[in-house]
Amino acid sequence: MTESLLLQANYITKSYAGVQALKSASFELRAGEVHALIGENGAGKSTLIKIITGAVEADGGELFLNDQRITANSPQYSHSLGIAAIYQQPALFPELTVAENIAFGLERHGLWSRIDWRKRRQRAESLLAQVGAKISPDALAGDLSMPEQQLVEIARALGAEAKVLILDEPTASLSEEDTNNLFRVIRELRARGVGMIYISHRLEELPLIADRVTVLRDGNTIETRAMNEVDRQELIRLMVGRELSAVFPKREVPIGEVVLELRNVGSQAAGVRDVSLTVRAGEIVGLAGLVGAGRTELARTLFGLTPADEGEIWLNGERLTINSPTQAIQHGIAYVPEDRRRHGVVLDLPISHNITLATLNRLAKFGALDFERERELSVEYVNRFAVKTPTTFAPVATLSGGNQQKVALSRWLATEPRVLILDEPTQGIDVGAKSEIHTLMCDLAERGLAILMISSELPEVLGMSDRIAVMHAGTIVGVLSRGNATQQNVLSLALGHGANA
Amino acid sequence: MPNSFFSNFNLARHQRELAALIAYVALLVFVGIVAPSFFNAGNWRDLAVANAPVLIVAIGMTLVIVAGQIDISVGAQFAVCSMLAGALAKTGIPMPLLLLLVPLIGAAFGAVNGVFVALLRMPAIVVTLATMVVWRDALRWITEGTWVQGMPANFQWFGLGQTMGQVLIVAFAFAVLVAFYWALGNLGAGRAVYAVGSEPEAARLAGINPPRVVLAVFMLMGALTGLAALLNSIRFISIPSNSGLGLEMKAIAAVVVGGTVISGGRGTLIGTLIGTALLGTIGTALTFAGINPFWEKAIQGAIILAALASDVVLSRIRNSEFATGSKGTLQIGGAK
Repeated sequence: MTESLLLQANYITKSYAGVQALKSASFELRAGEVHALIGENGAGKSTLIKIITGAVEADGGELFLNDQRITANSPQYSHSLGIAAIYQQPALFPELTVAENIAFGLERHGLWSRIDWRKRRQRAESLLAQVGAKISPDALAGDLSMPEQQLVEIARALGAEAKVLILDEPTASLSEEDTNNLFRVIRELRARGVGMIYISHRLEELPLIADRVTVLRDGNTIETRAMNEVDRQELIRLMVGRELSAVFPKREVPIGEVVLELRNVGSQAAGVRDVSLTVRAGEIVGLAGLVGAGRTELARTLFGLTPADEGEIWLNGERLTINSPTQAIQHGIAYVPEDRRRHGVVLDLPISHNITLATLNRLAKFGALDFERERELSVEYVNRFAVKTPTTFAPVATLSGGNQQKVALSRWLATEPRVLILDEPTQGIDVGAKSEIHTLMCDLAERGLAILMISSELPEVLGMSDRIAVMHAGTIVGVLSRGNATQQNVLSLALGHGANA
Repeated sequence: MPNSFFSNFNLARHQRELAALIAYVALLVFVGIVAPSFFNAGNWRDLAVANAPVLIVAIGMTLVIVAGQIDISVGAQFAVCSMLAGALAKTGIPMPLLLLLVPLIGAAFGAVNGVFVALLRMPAIVVTLATMVVWRDALRWITEGTWVQGMPANFQWFGLGQTMGQVLIVAFAFAVLVAFYWALGNLGAGRAVYAVGSEPEAARLAGINPPRVVLAVFMLMGALTGLAALLNSIRFISIPSNSGLGLEMKAIAAVVVGGTVISGGRGTLIGTLIGTALLGTIGTALTFAGINPFWEKAIQGAIILAALASDVVLSRIRNSEFATGSKGTLQIGGAK
């Protein structure tokens, strides 16, 4: 058996700025097998793949390819060893033809060598034929459909004589027919001895295609099993099986009237449809779901960035139309976005200016900004949230992630909102600051704010929410009360299987 | 109770303005030693009058660059506004009305740029390059290179005589500087310009309307160019059809040398004042120092390169200081 072992990763560790993404991840791939890699959001799948392809460097552990230890990995090096990756979003050059895209990275020549166009076309044709694609080598890659582009990428990987092919959520946006075609190509490649790492959230398709499955959880490899020995229930159990490790400062506060009510809300542009949900005063509603389920898109619709084109949004018993962030702010809706450094704060501006940015018109006295009021306001928030800074005039860029998030929150609380939407409020910040933000959320709920929290961290969702709405494919597929929600049933809903599964 | 104006001042955040100021002082000291005759009232007055219109344009350019944009059509706008100012004066329009009308015409030219950039989301460099060529060549075609002459007597120096006229020009430039300095710091709209230039999406999420800010900034740029053109024209008895050649470069250079970051979001009008003074003085200073004034442009170019290079170096130092902060945002979420 060992002689057919293509790839072996042993006890890989990796941390980003103190956050341990991989604690001890091990994985092996045999020639001619499809090995599924599964885990929740943040379990470490991406990081492991990036280490195998050389996009990031591991902190520790060993990586072997064909029993050769790989020490200094890089994208070029892993490519030269026959490792190729295909991502959910195809990465072709849209302005180049299919043949040129396939040639890219395959042809090696000096600056002055001539291109043999005929040969290039012929090779593209034969590679495309191998993956069973009816695509002209002269078509522009940008004109192809998503599944066609995927096939071109696979053809390119074939041309590079890839021995290890990584498929990252390849079926996420494919129709059933395209999925079946892809599976056919994968089986052919398997018959030729190519080893494939198959990442997917669609557990139901794994028995159709995978030979073995490895479950990652919290940066550790939990188990590797033969696919025909496990069922979906077992896989879900392995994916979530941890106890709630952190203690959340959740407090019971009296729940008041309905503040926000969505009735069959949808937005074509955002890919959100038929969302019905209520959030009450003092309530924290967690919005769970896998990456791409439409949670951020729903938040952006509520905030007027991609206005709703169907359904009704009610706030305090009043029906609203929200077509821009300005209108959302006027109605008392605040949105703390996911990408803190790019969207949550303006790094160049001082803390005080950041805190007042959404309330500039309220800060004006006879047209001019009231600096005294601005100072009071920013000092008040900096003290209240214990932002660690010597002065409110320091640019936000000088703060740590947790403190930046407190500034972002301050800006929105200064608008005196009735509904607060938090998108991944504790992503990428350290444990101490995380707990401070959680305490803050409870304080805000206690003051009667209606809070909608998007989080990819299941423990956070379960630990902080009064109710949990689970999204899948652009809509809410189930709402669980705090008492009923478990990691299993939330994940089961998020994977699209219904609550009773 | 600390005054916000001063507590707001942070030396580390103003090192580029400081660098320009030091260069300016060094230039003055050098000329003072080599050619003390440089420091006579007449010379300073001429320098102030000649550079006042440049300063007004550079103020507008500061807004444009802080908002993350660029406008290279200002030289052409300046030429068109100059000729229109003369032509309008010949129709007998009262001078105070001219002071209102020419900036309005300029604002209309700016609005053209603004509509393409802000509403149609085209890159400012391409849009303003195109409008520059359109205005310039349309003017050449219409005027066939002739000059506007025979303005009424109350046009030159606004009929106030040379001394008062010169005072008026410099006073206007100073008033524009003070007004815009105040507005950038004290109005919500000023804040919005910085926020939009720094990160348009973050500004949008904070309820600011970035396209509106960009459109307004281009219109202000045009209005200020119109005012500068009028103030420049009253210095002469005739108006050439090719005035304002290279003005866009002068203005952009003054702004950049004054410490405004070319990619937007940061910059001050004090810096622009220093930058305008520095670049506007070099030529005359060289002449006084007995150096061939043909070197002026080369030295100006070198100063601009030095300003940009210091920008890159400083931001690199700053980034390494903040490296820990930036690492924290690496996406380590689900397999995307």
